[in-house]
Amino acid sequence: MRLLVEPRLVQSRVVRFGAPAAGLAFGLLLSAIMLELFGIPAPAAYLAIIESGFTGGLFAISDTLTVATPLILCGLACALAFKTRLWNVGAEGQLFLGAWAATGVAIALLPAGTPGFIAIPCMAVAGFLAGAAWGAVPGFLRARFGTSEILTSLMLVYVAAHWNNYFIYSVWSDRGFQMTRLFPRESWLPRLSDLASSWPGAAGLTLHAGFVVALLLAALFWFVMFKTRFGFEIKVTGISERTAHYAGMPVRRNIVVVMALSGGLAGLAGMCEVTGVVHRLQENFSPGYGFTAILVAWLARLNPAAIVLVSFLLSGLLVGAREIQPSGIAMMLQGIVLTCVVAADFLTGNRIRIVKDAARTEAP
Amino acid sequence: MNGSEFTQNLLAAGVARGTPLLFAVQGELLAELSGVLNLGLEGIMLASAMAGVAVAHFAGSAWAGLAAATAVGALFGVVHAFLAVTLRCDQVVTGLSLVFVGTGISSVGGAPLVGLRQAVPHFTKLPIPGLCDLPFVGPVLFSHVWPVYLGFATIPVIYLFLTRTRAGLNLRAVGENPAAAAAVGLPVTRLRYLYVVLGAGMAGFSGATLSLAVTPGWVDGLTAGQGWIAIGLVIVGGWRPLPAAIGAYLFGAIHRLTLDLQGTGIPLFQDPNTGFFLNMLPYLAAVGVLVAASLGRRSGAAPTALGRPFLPGTTR
Repeated sequence: MRLLVEPRLVQSRVVRFGAPAAGLAFGLLLSAIMLELFGIPAPAAYLAIIESGFTGGLFAISDTLTVATPLILCGLACALAFKTRLWNVGAEGQLFLGAWAATGVAIALLPAGTPGFIAIPCMAVAGFLAGAAWGAVPGFLRARFGTSEILTSLMLVYVAAHWNNYFIYSVWSDRGFQMTRLFPRESWLPRLSDLASSWPGAAGLTLHAGFVVALLLAALFWFVMFKTRFGFEIKVTGISERTAHYAGMPVRRNIVVVMALSGGLAGLAGMCEVTGVVHRLQENFSPGYGFTAILVAWLARLNPAAIVLVSFLLSGLLVGAREIQPSGIAMMLQGIVLTCVVAADFLTGNRIRIVKDAARTEAP
Repeated sequence: MNGSEFTQNLLAAGVARGTPLLFAVQGELLAELSGVLNLGLEGIMLASAMAGVAVAHFAGSAWAGLAAATAVGALFGVVHAFLAVTLRCDQVVTGLSLVFVGTGISSVGGAPLVGLRQAVPHFTKLPIPGLCDLPFVGPVLFSHVWPVYLGFATIPVIYLFLTRTRAGLNLRAVGENPAAAAAVGLPVTRLRYLYVVLGAGMAGFSGATLSLAVTPGWVDGLTAGQGWIAIGLVIVGGWRPLPAAIGAYLFGAIHRLTLDLQGTGIPLFQDPNTGFFLNMLPYLAAVGVLVAASLGRRSGAAPTALGRPFLPGTTR
């Protein structure tokens, strides 16, 4: 008896939506078993996540959307690269450098008292450029020398982390603490809680303007991908680099440009995070947004609308998991769910039959 | 500290710290030669390193920890082989998702273990009598924990296995041209399962070597990217066992160099700020050698079918 795998000739709608849903359900079940194995009551953990991530009123939703902001931006960053079949897995490092550059502009470059309408765009440009530069390096190495961008982009995450630490612990350290001083009030991104004087219900809501930027960029992503020549070129490059080359497309240049844009989006996420949420640069300001974004992009099948939706769901998980210990739970759940959904993906294109061992195609 | 003492300490530490990398590199090499890319190494090493400490702690035996770690690694291998070989999923995505699973599990399961450090049963140094007293060579090669010696032994064994045995030839045939291999009667699927599981098991062993012998104890993120460096070393070594092994020891030494340089009297290295940049060294070096390797790449160094699933009964 053995398993026989056959391609599905017809993909019914039930299968197309049912398989990922089954994968998700199986992943959550498997995660529950793992949690119980580690002595963490799974039902209580799941309920806590749902409560503090989604159903806990306006505060829960505001927190979740705040976390969704960097996830959407980094998810778009990954999706752009993945469309080109460039595996930019270093969005986390590009996010670090974006945050670093924005911080430099806020506390070291601009004079105190610079109004927000000047400071914030400057920080955004700096964050984007720093992330873009960090993303362009693996892109250039890949385009010029054929070096695996998976490994180089990932190695650069560690370099970026140490680079930031140098500034956090030493150059910009606030009286020896492991963080920079607070940014001037003018350079903070506007938040919902700023409206509290006219609308008391908004007091304490942390959602900031970066979320709107993320939504706009998701729309722009859709436009570029489906309505422009550049979007067409990178899709062709992703399907077959050789075809793109023969069609006269500038493949090498596009590889560098895509990696730079991808890094820039991640850098912007870093900028939003430091100016919208923490208002200073410190270590561990990101719980791995750049890595979670890889899942976001993949689960959303590189579709920008789906990226927004998946980001919302995963950030609910991240917010909820902040409330339960130990801290690795979110990462574990994400990994198991992604693995199961990827496996279930296979079932949309194939089916597995158990057959009696009659004719073997392989000799023992 | 004089120059020769510095070199001696550096090389000795390089050999010790290179050993976990060596096992991981060799495991990845076997899997990749069979045509399956396993990007999950970092997660597998973390989960196994944690499992090793946990079991060693609760069972009170480092040997039990080592066995558990290897089993956890192999279990990851079974999952990866099922996804990559049976389900023919995209190997980059499955590998990355295993990194998440492994990192998450290590972080959740390891939370109560942080702080045990040396209190966990672990392997202590086992200098080889006689040889360890040799000047220079003794401390560098013969005053280590036992997995280091096992590492030495695996180098010729794997080299000879790949170049001189029928099984090694079959392994490479499956990775180069699975259709042809299947045509001459090799069980492609079964062989790929075997080497993916074996490779992941070695990654698990490697994780335990780290957490039970070389740097005993568990801290979150113990491997600090060594799984990724191992994958890079397979590429840099051109999928050949000897250069990959040399690379593992080299990177062991580079990891150690950061500490050793700060111990010297040179003012530049005593400035704590230099430490941040020294810490970047292994990762920048990895990028550097990857670029150098792609500059000098001989055509066809990578297994031809690497990353490509095989559908039995086809010529794909």
